[in-house]
Amino acid sequence: MSDLQKSLRIRESLLPPASDVIKRLGPGAVAASYIQLLDAAYDTVEDGDELMAKFINTLQDPGYPPLRKSHHKRKEKEGTYFHPEEAFGERNRRRDTSADELASFITGESCCESAGRGAPGEVGGHQNWKVEGSALINLSHRHLTGEDSRMADELYHKVRILCWVMTGPANLQKKARHVKATWSRHCNLVVFMSSEEDRDFPTVGLGTGEGRDQLYWKTIRAFHYVLKNHGNEADWFLKADDDTFVVVDNLRWVLANHTPEEPVYFGKRFKPYAKQGYMSGGAGYVLSKEALRRFVEGFRTKVCTHTTPVEDLALGQCLEKMGVLAGDSRDTLHRETFHPFVPEHHLTGKFSKSFWYWNYCYYPIVEGPQCCSDLAISFHYVDAELMYLLEYYTYHLRAYGYHHRYQAPLPEGMDKPPDVKKDRPVSEIAGVEAAAVVKGEEKANKTEQAGRDKQASEKNRTHNQTEVSKEKRQ
Amino acid sequence: MRSTTCWAVSTKTCAVQALRLHFLDFNAMPLVLRVPQKMLSESTSFIKGMLMGGLFCLVVSLIGNFGMGGQSNVELHLHHHLKAPSKEELQRMPEAHKLELSQKVRVYCLIMVQPKVLVYWATAKDTWSKHCDQAVFYTSESAKALEAVDLQEQDEWAKLRKALKHAHDNAGDLRWFFMARPTTFAIIENLKYLVLNKDPGQPFYIGHALKSGELEYVEYESGVVLSLEALRRLVGIFEDKDKCPERGHALWKLSEEKQLAVCLKYTGVFAENGEDLRGKGLFNSKSVGSLISNSLALNTQDVIEGCCSDMAVTFSGMSPNQMHVMMFGVYRLRPYGHTFHDSLIFWPPEGSDND
Repeated sequence: MSDLQKSLRIRESLLPPASDVIKRLGPGAVAASYIQLLDAAYDTVEDGDELMAKFINTLQDPGYPPLRKSHHKRKEKEGTYFHPEEAFGERNRRRDTSADELASFITGESCCESAGRGAPGEVGGHQNWKVEGSALINLSHRHLTGEDSRMADELYHKVRILCWVMTGPANLQKKARHVKATWSRHCNLVVFMSSEEDRDFPTVGLGTGEGRDQLYWKTIRAFHYVLKNHGNEADWFLKADDDTFVVVDNLRWVLANHTPEEPVYFGKRFKPYAKQGYMSGGAGYVLSKEALRRFVEGFRTKVCTHTTPVEDLALGQCLEKMGVLAGDSRDTLHRETFHPFVPEHHLTGKFSKSFWYWNYCYYPIVEGPQCCSDLAISFHYVDAELMYLLEYYTYHLRAYGYHHRYQAPLPEGMDKPPDVKKDRPVSEIAGVEAAAVVKGEEKANKTEQAGRDKQASEKNRTHNQTEVSKEKRQ
Repeated sequence: MRSTTCWAVSTKTCAVQALRLHFLDFNAMPLVLRVPQKMLSESTSFIKGMLMGGLFCLVVSLIGNFGMGGQSNVELHLHHHLKAPSKEELQRMPEAHKLELSQKVRVYCLIMVQPKVLVYWATAKDTWSKHCDQAVFYTSESAKALEAVDLQEQDEWAKLRKALKHAHDNAGDLRWFFMARPTTFAIIENLKYLVLNKDPGQPFYIGHALKSGELEYVEYESGVVLSLEALRRLVGIFEDKDKCPERGHALWKLSEEKQLAVCLKYTGVFAENGEDLRGKGLFNSKSVGSLISNSLALNTQDVIEGCCSDMAVTFSGMSPNQMHVMMFGVYRLRPYGHTFHDSLIFWPPEGSDND
């Protein structure tokens, strides 16, 4: 193949945004220069972990303290972050998954070991869970002291979410148990997915090995498992890692404007490698029931196969093939809700312009406080201490009487619960509202109106995106 | 205090006794027998003295308990814990009173900085201090980058005195004073909630109360709260060079937080520990991260329950970045659909985007 032909092939095969990157090279350019340019723009990356590692090593301003270098080093020692050769070490039991195994898996012959369904387990005492097989089912929605949670309760019943957490035997006590003790209590159902079954935790045994090259296998099996065993108990299916923190109530707010019959999925949207982009695995992503059905169907009809262990990318490509839409999870002020790093990083870090996180993000990156929505949904690379700290910040610590700047609009089809104040005599309302609050009421109305306007225009935009397959970037 | 006087009295009594017996018997005895006899008589008189002193002590305490004793014990208890108002308490309040309170509960923040901690100074300016009704930075020497009242004073106690005097003179109609270093992060709304139903015309000196010997004082690191009356009395006693000297006694130097407590004590103002309804301290001299770590290490069933209050007022020892995260966590991050019908509303400050 001549060099010219090579160049031509390269140009033809590239989709935006990669095609934009090489646009400035004329048609006569040498193939090597394309490669060079693409490498500079995208480089090669296995998955989010590697992205983070590279980020640590290249991004930091000289004056900025190194971020979580110890985390990086720890991961290396644990053997969960490694080069493929290390996968064969005795710590990682590697299963050679062949095409036959995949076929039998699909037909349901040899899948996941789990405690199975049957008689429900004991009620988990103070935790208010029912253990049924390997799933933890929330009996009631958690309440905070002194709060009015009618809206949250309504959403809890309207938007049922099954959370499955990707973990492994080595991480149950180190990481997964903190997930169990914090945010997963707010899901309608939670299932912990591991390579091996553990009846005490409990976890589902997916029958795979452990390690980065098994990630997509685990994901495929996990999704098949939840559809088969819990398909009727939930409308949305969230995947998260054992170092992801999720504010499930805020996820319900975003999803309440959609129905589980829509073929759509949400997460932190990345640009490259797929036409409509794909969702970052570490920041968590959530599939509608229809999207999950199509994913499973894709494997049955062999439209989708195990292409690469980079699970978030592979999943994104499969879903794109099956006509599932990549949704916009941002709030009404276009602020991101799913975050691939810890809050400190998004709020205070500065991303150097040459860093390719800029090229990865589907939507424009905002630095500083507006990086993140008030109704943030997820953060990644969250260690044990930060898990509890985020739970404390989200569900406990607050400023008394503070009227938030961002007044989130009601999801469609929901009515505002009757105002408590209406039950009190008129004079009581007049007292506080009149003097202390007059100026504020106007403010409140203005922000609410602005919010509604933005929501209306947002609705139109997403509506257009649903109709037209060609994506338009803002 | 009673116990020390008691022992003083008893030893004095027994000394008196020993002396008396000594003079009575001594001269009548032969010299040979005088020495052992002297020892014997002195020991018996000592014992007699002790018994009399002890009896005296007992009588005094009994009288004390029946009299004023009960009342002062209760007073001490009240002085020590200061709890936030309950929801019912606030709801029972008539509207006119609530309105009056909402206007009264305004806070003047004194933030004691120095160029050495410029990054913390800048962080405090950019974060929590925006929620004070008035935030004034007092520095030991001026810094070009940031504005402050330059006290031109290196000594910590002298700095404090000058700053408090300045705050008193410039308070306007603000009735509550919060003093902290910029390494502390404060949630002013929760401070307002704590003192909501307390009269600033009464002396209040609140924070994380600690005891050093007999002295009860408020820890500086977790912030000091003073009502207008307490500040007024304090500024008054600043004039007294004996009770509240500027340079302190030469022999040993008390830390400025203790000096403050001593001066206030002379005016009849005592330190109180700020707590929530469950008795959990609201003023923390540690960072929120270390408090969570400690709770996690203790393997408590509920890590957050073992850590910190939902209405915490201060944390200390956090890095500037962690303070920005706390700003997000306190004023913005929240779960949709959970609302609180608080009795008052506090509005976000103008010209700010991180809250």
